[in-house]
Amino acid sequence: MFKKFQPSTDISGQTAVKSSIQRSIRAAILSQWKVDSDTFESIWPKKENITLVKCRDHISIYALHGEPLFFQHFDGPFYPTLRLLHKYPFLLPVVRVDRGAIRFLLAGAHMMCPGFTSKGGWLPPPEDALSAEAPVAIQAEGKEHAIAIGITKLSTEDIKNVNKGVGVEVITHLGDDLWALQKV
Amino acid sequence: MATSTEQEAAAGPQPKPPIQVLYCEVCTFPPEFCEFGSSLTKCKEWLKEEHPDLYDRYYSEEALQSKMGTMSLEQQTKLEQDAAKKEAKAEAKADAKMKKKLASQVQIKRIQRQKNKYVTAIHGLEAFDIDLKKAAKLFAQTFATGSSVTKNLQGQDEIVVQGDVSDEVFDMIRDEKGVLKGVPEANVELVEEKKKK
Repeated sequence: MFKKFQPSTDISGQTAVKSSIQRSIRAAILSQWKVDSDTFESIWPKKENITLVKCRDHISIYALHGEPLFFQHFDGPFYPTLRLLHKYPFLLPVVRVDRGAIRFLLAGAHMMCPGFTSKGGWLPPPEDALSAEAPVAIQAEGKEHAIAIGITKLSTEDIKNVNKGVGVEVITHLGDDLWALQKV
Repeated sequence: MATSTEQEAAAGPQPKPPIQVLYCEVCTFPPEFCEFGSSLTKCKEWLKEEHPDLYDRYYSEEALQSKMGTMSLEQQTKLEQDAAKKEAKAEAKADAKMKKKLASQVQIKRIQRQKNKYVTAIHGLEAFDIDLKKAAKLFAQTFATGSSVTKNLQGQDEIVVQGDVSDEVFDMIRDEKGVLKGVPEANVELVEEKKKK
């Protein structure tokens, strides 16, 4: 999504968000992310007003004091930015890819199933299985921090069973243009 | 990296404190990912200088051994080759950019609008990483005239300042006033454009 993203041409405007809408965003995020309200309060204090940065292709980035916090595509789920996820790694459920996949991931490729099912990869056990279309943090074998944020295209059980083709679509990864956008 | 204890104490048990993540100043990645970036050698130097403990953790012999992990030797060598190639490519790119920067010209053009009314168009500042909007604002303030960023006939951005201020603009660029930094004097030229009869 942010493979080619030029702030000068792709951002169409910045606006303040109405407080009623801010409230609904806050509620939506609290229900979507694995975060308690106190921790979220330190990410986004109640008193602070957030700015909506509208971008091409219906991407909305929400920024606090010019620092992008999370973004959304159409009315889809909210994704934290990678920098926010590094600070609070528990926000999203985690999947892990093996070392061989890192190179492709950093070039912006979607993650194929075998990367998760091989020895270096990791998927949640059957009792915590994720359904399809769930935002996930993608970590890499032997690394501490998340490397990308993606959305599952198959449920994690299906990834194990099918073991072929795209398992997780990458939304934003380390070194893409959203990563480069530190201030808006 | 790890959260410091005092932070946890200050924040209390309830809200979980953020993890302070160290980012490489060369490639902006967390240092563990430098090896996949395009400036590994520079990143290594930086880390060795700033955080020798981390350098040992990521680049010591054992670390390299364990990193092999599930990959075969073949994959590993391929990865290394790719990394070297990528690095060389990035360097060449940076070089080319630098050369282009040195070769690019800043044009200060005096354009006649009426018999004794002129505007000054400044073109090519963006090649020196100058924010055109900010520069236009600076001109507007110093000369107390209108100044804006517009597209010229070729579709390139330029700054148009009302009034004949070409010499003053030249002086400002030479003296590196405000945001007008990093333009060598030799790369600035003054041009005059007469109104066609």
